[in-house]
Amino acid sequence: MVADGLRAYGLIVAMWLRSTMAYRASFVMTTFGNFAVTAFDFVALMMMFSHIDALGGYSLPEIALLYGSAATAFGLADLTLGSMDRLGRRVRDGTLDILLVRPVPVLAQVAADRFALRRLGRVTQGLLVLGYALVSLDIAWTPLKVVMLPLMVLSGAAIFGAVFAAGAAFQFFAQDASEVQNSFTYGGTTLLQYPPTVFAKDLVRGVTFVVPLAFVSWLPALYVLGREYPLDLPRWVAFLPPVVAALCWVLAGLAWRAGLRAYRSTGS
Amino acid sequence: MRLYAVVAAGGFRRHATYRMATAAGVFTNTVFGFIMAYVYVALWDERPQLGGYDTSQALTYVWLGQALLMTCSMMGGGFEDELMERIRTGDIAVDLYRPADLQLWWLAGDVGRAAFHLLGRGIVPMALGALAFDLALPSSPWTWLAFLVSVALGVVVSFAVRFLVALSAFWLMDGAGAMQVAWLMGLFFSGMLLPLNLFPGVLGEVARALPWSSLLQVPADVFLGKHQGWELLRAYAFQAGWAVALLGAGRLVQTVATRRVVVQGG
Repeated sequence: MVADGLRAYGLIVAMWLRSTMAYRASFVMTTFGNFAVTAFDFVALMMMFSHIDALGGYSLPEIALLYGSAATAFGLADLTLGSMDRLGRRVRDGTLDILLVRPVPVLAQVAADRFALRRLGRVTQGLLVLGYALVSLDIAWTPLKVVMLPLMVLSGAAIFGAVFAAGAAFQFFAQDASEVQNSFTYGGTTLLQYPPTVFAKDLVRGVTFVVPLAFVSWLPALYVLGREYPLDLPRWVAFLPPVVAALCWVLAGLAWRAGLRAYRSTGS
Repeated sequence: MRLYAVVAAGGFRRHATYRMATAAGVFTNTVFGFIMAYVYVALWDERPQLGGYDTSQALTYVWLGQALLMTCSMMGGGFEDELMERIRTGDIAVDLYRPADLQLWWLAGDVGRAAFHLLGRGIVPMALGALAFDLALPSSPWTWLAFLVSVALGVVVSFAVRFLVALSAFWLMDGAGAMQVAWLMGLFFSGMLLPLNLFPGVLGEVARALPWSSLLQVPADVFLGKHQGWELLRAYAFQAGWAVALLGAGRLVQTVATRRVVVQGG
């Protein structure tokens, strides 16, 4: 079942890649645009730091580590599953039916729908900021901290991916409310790009225990930086991201199935 | 004139039908408003009076940005996709035969859309922001009125830019790239990411002189009472100047482009 889905996902992605590459100039421009729009976020942050030395007690390189890891994780999730926010439109205009009659898992089809390689622009930008952070920070590296870096980016991508899937499931019920999903995905990365000390305690509690975005970058990155955790959490929570990601996917999967089961076609 | 009023009303009603989408948009604007508000509090904690704003003025700026994001289409999302699609498919020929001016027709529709978004996606986030934070809301009704005039001018400037971008589809078969560039400029130079008076040196001067500052920075400063008396007229003149210049350019491009359509035939 899972293998089937992955194979179908790969085939559909390959199809969209071929179609994207038919218009190379457009591909280059939109990839650059994708890079630039996220880069502007960081430019704005740098302009803030032209007036200040620390924001919420964090220096620019430290914030760059939070920013880079969150942006890369989100970029990877957006690249692989970002098209899922189109589901609401398909429910509205009835074209989801086409996907239902194909002998291929619907989730794989929705995830690969209009696969957009230009989203690599976002991943690239995140990696560059992460690179800048690692070069300019003076971290006392331990083997655990080294392992933490790829671990947090990949688990973070999985957590964001689960949010995308859950958001898509939500659209079975609220067809034109894809913006709600945006507040958790795009809003989530924006939030994670700043240190937790900036935000109100209740907001931090919310993104730790309700929508566990804090596990994407804050907690593991604060471990690497050797800084205090928010909410007096114990040190070991930094190692939870893979567990949290798995849990999120179980929940997202249940939500997806509930949504798919509740789906009624437009009938047209 | 009546025709365009009807088109504007149509634009308003059309967007008013998407109630769920509007509610979802209000939710998103509010979430982003909260995130940015906390960041600005931290920023102004470090440097009070940064950019000539005190903390409550800076917070007001954040929520104004969320309230005007859709009204002034700082990240696109207006009529331009549709116009571009009509140009690409050739449906534009039908529009040109209508006994209405192409530019005014689309402007009217966009004004209706902007009016809806000001009410539908502007008021609630602003009110929630005012509940949660100490905002610098103007006490004089005249300031509110002056602000609305400035927003209206901002909407026209925003339209004029996007109209030009959409017309580029006459030459570039795929206008997605041009649209994205325009969208990026709008996001960055409107002051949506950071107030333009925090931009350093020459970049700041250039940013404040570009048309996009009419979309958020100028209306926000009018709201915060930074422009009064002659200064207010200067601000209006700046916005109106860009509006006239860009609408004129749009008119010119439209004339050239229309000839092109005739050459291509049906």
